[in-house]
Amino acid sequence: MTYKERFDGRKFDEIRPMEAKAGIIPRADGSAYFKIGKSVAYVAVYGPRNLFPKFLQNPEKGILRCSYNMMPFSSGGERVRPGGNRRSKEISMVTEKALLPVVDLNEFPNAVVDVFIELPQTDAGTRCAGICAAAIALADAGISMRDLVAAVSVGKVDDKLVVDLNYDEEAHEAGSTDMPVAMMPRTGQISLLQMDGDLSKEEINKCLQMATKALRQIYEVQKKALKHKYEGESI
Amino acid sequence: MGELLVKEKDIVVPGDELATGMDFLPDSGAYRDNDKIIATRLGVVGVNGRAIRIIPLSGKYIPKKGDTIIGKVIDVTFTGWRIDTNSAYSAMLSSKDATTRFINRGADLTQYFNFGDYIVAKIITVTSQKLIDLTMKAPGLRKLGEGRVITVNPNKVPRIIGKNGSMVSLIKEATGCTIIVGQNGIVWLSGAPEKELLAVNTIRMIEKNAHVSGLTEKVSEFLSKVN
Repeated sequence: MTYKERFDGRKFDEIRPMEAKAGIIPRADGSAYFKIGKSVAYVAVYGPRNLFPKFLQNPEKGILRCSYNMMPFSSGGERVRPGGNRRSKEISMVTEKALLPVVDLNEFPNAVVDVFIELPQTDAGTRCAGICAAAIALADAGISMRDLVAAVSVGKVDDKLVVDLNYDEEAHEAGSTDMPVAMMPRTGQISLLQMDGDLSKEEINKCLQMATKALRQIYEVQKKALKHKYEGESI
Repeated sequence: MGELLVKEKDIVVPGDELATGMDFLPDSGAYRDNDKIIATRLGVVGVNGRAIRIIPLSGKYIPKKGDTIIGKVIDVTFTGWRIDTNSAYSAMLSSKDATTRFINRGADLTQYFNFGDYIVAKIITVTSQKLIDLTMKAPGLRKLGEGRVITVNPNKVPRIIGKNGSMVSLIKEATGCTIIVGQNGIVWLSGAPEKELLAVNTIRMIEKNAHVSGLTEKVSEFLSKVN
């Protein structure tokens, strides 16, 4: 119908240009930067460390605690109210659940691994950028993990299925659907799947195929970022 | 049959496939998924016969039995002291294990070790719940006096110590400082102020260049240049 060409000239199954770096925050135990298009995520990981208040402690295994935060100046000009809100609380929770299947915290009873995700600039797909960066930062922190986690949003703009929507596409006048997907790239297991809007069963299957393809590219960028930091190192 | 997919000393990230087939066994930092061996840590591949392990490059200190560590007194209790170990867990030093001298019941324990004091101690037990017991009844284990305390990456400690302590003795000789390296990544130095600084810079240099081969020569060169 009307959406024949994407606003930024990408192909319908093309993701925005990416950039990733590991170890950018020296004081943190692990850290990462992930940029996809105009969305930027910085992540610092602290721990495993002592967990207080004590009632949160789990004597069987360590816990993961994520915090997602959009900075006040991050969006398209209107100021984001600083501090947590319903949305950031939910995203913190789903991020935690997206990462939990890969991290192994059995060695750290009563302890916590803190993941702080900060977004200085946002242009849609921020929870995905946050998850991608968090996976790099957790690996950089030396946490035992079964795999990395890569995430991307797929969806429908007007009548076209697209990968990695930006804000303009999400706000398309003819309506759009946004479906963030997080996946363990090696096994193809999905650890996050949300949907805002509606898609038919066939469309969901097609979207997931497109996401799998895109996630493979993101995974390569994540691996490269980690290997680049430690290039030439050994003991 | 089984095939190794990486070379020894390669850098791998979690999720990387290390080998296929049943000929290889996963050691620390790796796991088996059907016929594949997968890395779980960021680190360097080490192959020892059939066992593949990952030597980690990052991560906090994990308390291990037998390690000599440097800790800080954070609490004084009825029966001993609570010691910060630079890990997620604090350790307990019982008054029985602290000194060979007799300590009366109910004595004021701060006269031995007070808050903020640093000690060298050895880990005697670590339980599954990571309750740690320390002892100071062995040669070389003592309270540390005036000096400088720095924190280094605990994974680089073996490099700082060197084979049979060769690296640390090199720094000790060149700077005249007393240096104690704890397995938990805390280093204590004491000497003339400018020499202490030189020793710290040398340790930082080793930490940064831990992967370079022929590091000992590089370090002695670094030390002689400044002297």
